[in-house]
Amino acid sequence: MIAESGHYALVLALALALIQSIVPIVGARWRDAALMNVARSTALAQLLFVAASFAALVTLHVTSDFSVANVYENSHSLKPLLYKITGVWGNHEGSMLLWVSILALFGGLVAVFGNNLPLSLRAHVLAVQAWVASAFYLFILITSNPFLRIANPPIEGRDLNPVLQDIGLAVHPPMLYLGYVGFSISFSFAVAALLEGRIDAAWARWVRPWTLMAWIFLTLGIAMGSYWAYYELGWGGWWFWDPVENASLMPWLAGTALLHSALVMEKRNALKVWTVLLSILTFSLSLLGTFLVRSGVLTSVHAFATDPTRGVFILLILFVFIGGSLSLYAWRAPALKQGGLFAPISREGALVLNNLLLTTACATVFIGTLYPLALEVLTGEKISVGAPFFNFTFAPLFVPLLLAVPFGPLLAWKRGDLLGAAQRLMVAGITALVAIALVFAWTYGGATLAPLAIGLAAFVIMGALCDLAERVALFRIPLSLSLRRAGGLPRATWGTAFAHAGLGIALIGIVCETTWNSEYIGSMKPDDVARVAGYELRLDGLNPRQGPNFREMVAQFTVTRDGEKVSVMTPSKRNFTTRGASTTEAALLTRGASQLYISLGDTSADGTIAVRIYDKPLVLMIWWGPVLMAFGGLLSLSDRRLRVGAPKPAKAAARALQAAE
Amino acid sequence: MRSRALAGAALAAILMLGAMPARAVLPDEIMADPAKEARARDLSKELRCMVCQNQSIDDSEAPLARDLRLLVRERISAGDSDAQVIDFLVARYGEFVLLKPRLNEHTLVLWLTPPLALLLGGFALWRLGRRKANPAAAGGDSAAGLTSDEQTRLERLLAAESAPDKPL
Repeated sequence: MIAESGHYALVLALALALIQSIVPIVGARWRDAALMNVARSTALAQLLFVAASFAALVTLHVTSDFSVANVYENSHSLKPLLYKITGVWGNHEGSMLLWVSILALFGGLVAVFGNNLPLSLRAHVLAVQAWVASAFYLFILITSNPFLRIANPPIEGRDLNPVLQDIGLAVHPPMLYLGYVGFSISFSFAVAALLEGRIDAAWARWVRPWTLMAWIFLTLGIAMGSYWAYYELGWGGWWFWDPVENASLMPWLAGTALLHSALVMEKRNALKVWTVLLSILTFSLSLLGTFLVRSGVLTSVHAFATDPTRGVFILLILFVFIGGSLSLYAWRAPALKQGGLFAPISREGALVLNNLLLTTACATVFIGTLYPLALEVLTGEKISVGAPFFNFTFAPLFVPLLLAVPFGPLLAWKRGDLLGAAQRLMVAGITALVAIALVFAWTYGGATLAPLAIGLAAFVIMGALCDLAERVALFRIPLSLSLRRAGGLPRATWGTAFAHAGLGIALIGIVCETTWNSEYIGSMKPDDVARVAGYELRLDGLNPRQGPNFREMVAQFTVTRDGEKVSVMTPSKRNFTTRGASTTEAALLTRGASQLYISLGDTSADGTIAVRIYDKPLVLMIWWGPVLMAFGGLLSLSDRRLRVGAPKPAKAAARALQAAE
Repeated sequence: MRSRALAGAALAAILMLGAMPARAVLPDEIMADPAKEARARDLSKELRCMVCQNQSIDDSEAPLARDLRLLVRERISAGDSDAQVIDFLVARYGEFVLLKPRLNEHTLVLWLTPPLALLLGGFALWRLGRRKANPAAAGGDSAAGLTSDEQTRLERLLAAESAPDKPL
């Protein structure tokens, strides 16, 4: 019954989405407020029904109803409750249902919070949102129905892929989807603007917070996925330039560009047409990512060819939405009024440079990910494009970008003073040079590029601090006054500083991890001692243990440094009985931002076990960076100037604002 | 379908039925000479495990990857330079083995896209900037770009001094 109800709820959601696709548009044509308002109620009702459908699938998984194929294939009655729930989206059908649920959630949010939007704009936005929703409901119902029953229900399920039985699955996919799908809002706004043929101030004020929200989630989602891969896969890698990762990186790069161009549009009414295009591109890249991952085309072109139903369907969705929106853009964009002039050296100019470099980076990831597929389809020739290609092409794009980052906030709108900005960044420049000299001296004879990269990171971090110091006139006026000014700074300013500093923090982590990582690879038997980076790790013994749906072999290591005991680490190797698969549970010891990392290999007949031990200096900064960036985004989002319909800032804040400018 | 697919995206997660965690270089493969071993590791990172999905032989635990790792070490022991090792492997397994493809007529578009995107983008911006700057650009800037604070300040200033019409 529950499965059928869930299925039915999904069909009803489709029906509602179809109504929402058409009626509000008709209403906007006829200027009929009642018809336009249909969008609001259908969006909310749609959310209700999708939520019911999703709840039905969760219930089926939690109660281990193996008469449903999806539950049978991905669950096990002994699986811990958390993984029964997260297992809902640990498979194709369920993850698509999560995708549309989040889409409906965003539609509902626009419906609820969009009261002060112009009525016709809201009607158009929700209609476009419903077009996307309808396409994906159809996709799920026709090719990927999670509610299908099995004629003769088995007694036990086949369990979830052990690698996915981790807290990461609870956090990473929902976050990532909130980001991916969140960009659908800016897409819908862009298409609505093109349909209406005008973009007004309300448009820009709306798009930026929604883009920012999606961007925060995507940033956290990617970072979380990276950390998950790092501790789960067992060899300490955290970014592989895998097509699946690239699929999430492309919308992030485009979304970051969009965030900055929307800023120009909101403040200066410039870059309108470009912002609209970026909104379309960002969500198109989200759709492309969905296609790449869902169609199986990445595994091999042939896998796609043998079972093309799903792939072809998503490809169709892709063509309709990307092709349609870009054609609409080509047709209507010239009609949009351009505005806001600025000199090349200005805040706007800096943001344009940011956009140029970010979109080029995005194009690089795009071509690198799709080129091998295209080449194989067209000529049959197989080539590989992997990490070395991307590392090689990304560095020349990111070095100028990072060098420019501290300048942006210090330049004035319209016409900036580059020399003045450079003078105000003097402290950051000196810090960078000192950092380079120190790191170079300390690692003398080692890598030559790494100290420079650390210097660049120091420049970015100090640049963000310089910007803040400049705004509160630090050391030029009494400290108490500076502090008061700091309290009065708009939160968006703090947000910018945190986000930019986060970039530098992440860069330090990346450089340290890749350059000064030390490792020990060897076979150990009990009482053997391994030495890595000043640590001594003694293997105390190996003990078997029984888990809920797995058996594991736990190794115990005592870690000492200079004769003093630091900690005990217990990496393990798990065997999952149902699937016969095994996973490595790495043990991590965090010391400040650095980590000691142990993962186990196979045991051999003579009682030794293959062990890998890594010392990863400052590795955690790789993820602190994005967290800081997301925090900056959150601060900026909470800025009252960004909140739609928020009352005018209080007098004090307004004065501080003037002082800051 | 290797487990690394997990890394970036959740979407990934679902692809990986039957995935196994991968751990690469095994203790018995390591060369006695640390300098040569370091070279072998660096080379391994550039070479693809051809039965895996986008994994270098340094990362993969597939038997083929192990064979290739041993082959690389064998060539290094035999005194080959890095380029010779790469040439040897390409001759044997084709361009597919390289994670960073060489520049040739088939990869021209791949290699040219990033610099061209940057140059064309930069050129377009330059053109746009010139076009905007030329036709009596001044005055075209609309007041809509001002924030309400700026607007009030502007009005105050205008009220304070009846400014003569400046040829902006």
